[in-house]
Amino acid sequence: MTGPPVRDPLTHRDDEPVRDAAARRDHPIAGGSLAVAPATPTFADVNRDVIRTLDFPGNLYFGWMSIIALLLAGGIIAWVGQIYWGMGMAGKRNPQMWAMYITTFVFWIGIGHAGTLISAILYLFRAKWRTSIYRGAEAMTIFAVMAAGLFPIIHAGRMWLVYWLIPYPSERFLWPNFRSPLVWDVFAISTYFAISAVFFTVGLIPDVAAVRDASTGFRRMVYAALSLGWQGTDRQWRHYRRAYGLFAALATPLVVSVHSVVSWDFAMALVPGWHSTLFAPFFVDGAIFSGFAMVLILLIPLRHYFNMYAYITERHLDMMGKLILVTSLVLTYFYVCEGFTTWYSGEPIERASYLFKWVGVYAPWWWFQIFANSVAPLVLFWRRARTHVPTLYVVSILVLTGMWFERFNIIVPGLAHGFYPYTFGVYIPTITDSTIIVGSFAWFFILFLSFVKVLPSLSIVEVKETIPHPVRDGHAP
Amino acid sequence: MVLGVFAHVDTTVRAIGELRRRGFESLRTYSPLPLEELEEALTGHGLPRSPVRLFTLVGGVTGTASGFALTIWTVLKWNLITGGKPVVSIPPFVIIAFELTILLGGLCTLLGLLVTAPIPNLGGTVHYDPRFTADRFGVEVNCPPDQVRQVTEVLRGAGAEEVRS
Repeated sequence: MTGPPVRDPLTHRDDEPVRDAAARRDHPIAGGSLAVAPATPTFADVNRDVIRTLDFPGNLYFGWMSIIALLLAGGIIAWVGQIYWGMGMAGKRNPQMWAMYITTFVFWIGIGHAGTLISAILYLFRAKWRTSIYRGAEAMTIFAVMAAGLFPIIHAGRMWLVYWLIPYPSERFLWPNFRSPLVWDVFAISTYFAISAVFFTVGLIPDVAAVRDASTGFRRMVYAALSLGWQGTDRQWRHYRRAYGLFAALATPLVVSVHSVVSWDFAMALVPGWHSTLFAPFFVDGAIFSGFAMVLILLIPLRHYFNMYAYITERHLDMMGKLILVTSLVLTYFYVCEGFTTWYSGEPIERASYLFKWVGVYAPWWWFQIFANSVAPLVLFWRRARTHVPTLYVVSILVLTGMWFERFNIIVPGLAHGFYPYTFGVYIPTITDSTIIVGSFAWFFILFLSFVKVLPSLSIVEVKETIPHPVRDGHAP
Repeated sequence: MVLGVFAHVDTTVRAIGELRRRGFESLRTYSPLPLEELEEALTGHGLPRSPVRLFTLVGGVTGTASGFALTIWTVLKWNLITGGKPVVSIPPFVIIAFELTILLGGLCTLLGLLVTAPIPNLGGTVHYDPRFTADRFGVEVNCPPDQVRQVTEVLRGAGAEEVRS
């Protein structure tokens, strides 16, 4: 085996001319199909490049953190105001009792799904390209669920009674109503959070051990405690690998079940436009679609600031672009299905509710949703668009806003145009609920930005599995 | 106890094979990533099994059972018909049972990993080297003092960079 070409990771860029054609063709991460690929890193490079990301951050980082912290503080103040003055602050009145909080709740739960898909389903399918993006995507899942989990509490109004959702033996044997989709939600989301957190933590153990071995002093003590004494012995790896595969197998059904349960919050109700068996697959596909967009939004700056061009290559962007395209096409199919189901139902109220979305008060947001989710991603059919960073970024932001408006267009116009003209009503956002929603984004980003400086945002172990193993005189196994 | 430090996968596998051929069965390896070839070399036949999956199975079955038990027992405690549905309505309870299957299955898998690996491993081992999480592989041989010389020779012969005892 010939050694990889010499490479300086600090100055390396994707657009650098390739010095070694053979290295490019055989590059395990870049896969050889693309025009330009960086040189293959070695095992020592991986440790150095990933552990380097944990160096003390500069002013740019603290600048962003300050802005985000201010937004979060605004959200907290708005919530305190809402608790003090009541739910009217959030523009809640009949028939719009769900409005933007549940919109944003569904949005955040959906974001998480892409992370689980990348870390569990692609692991079971042995998609090697996932190795350098899965850690970031998994962290995104955890933080998205943590952001989503705030909303039922914010939305509950009397949030200090939120523990009523937990099944516990009260003095009068009052238990939650297990026939209610809202209670299914509690179970689905707490299971999702617990399993994602366990999966994420277990994946981190060997990497934290690698950070421990590269640090000194107090830092070493902290990482040594977190690594649980991991040493990479054959016995540890044997059980670890089996456990990891089982976690992936257990997380896989969650990818499809969690958002299905969330969709039943709507589908079990009789509201026109909600009561549909289409909702579960429709929600799951939309969740994965928006999640991939969020992965790109997080990973493109990550690879720029941490100089991870050798690990997160054009191939990853290309694959993510393809996945966004596929999920977008499936989503378009569901939009068409929704229209036809309504048309063929012969149900005048169902038709009126659907037509209201097209031409009613909220029509601009409906057409924006169609543009952002069904039209804009079509640009990804073009190969160059899938590897062109600004294009991908713009498409991702459009997809995220489009998917937020999709949930808005299900909830708000749906409730605005029910069975009786008597109960029709228009909801207008208030400063309180908008600030809380901005605050939830700040909460998500503050968690993610803290994570990238404290824990390895690329998996040291799994990246090593995809690059050639060091061999002296045989072939790499 | 003798430790050989290797820089390559193939030399590590060769050292394990040679040691086992000479009757040294009490081996421990260190590697920065899980390698099937190391596992196979250590057993000499196929991949060894791990009892972790039994934990998963027990956890999953317990989860299913407790999901149905919780829902059915609690609705019977407050025997009230709502929405014209049977009090014990199985289809919605399947969702609770499913979620608890995954939850307890996952938590028991974690328990299985902690018990079998075992982690937390507070004591550590005598010969651990920090390079084993970066780019070096280790083979640790548990042997009586009079065989240290022979083991050292085998490890060096296979291509160890460094041998410590």
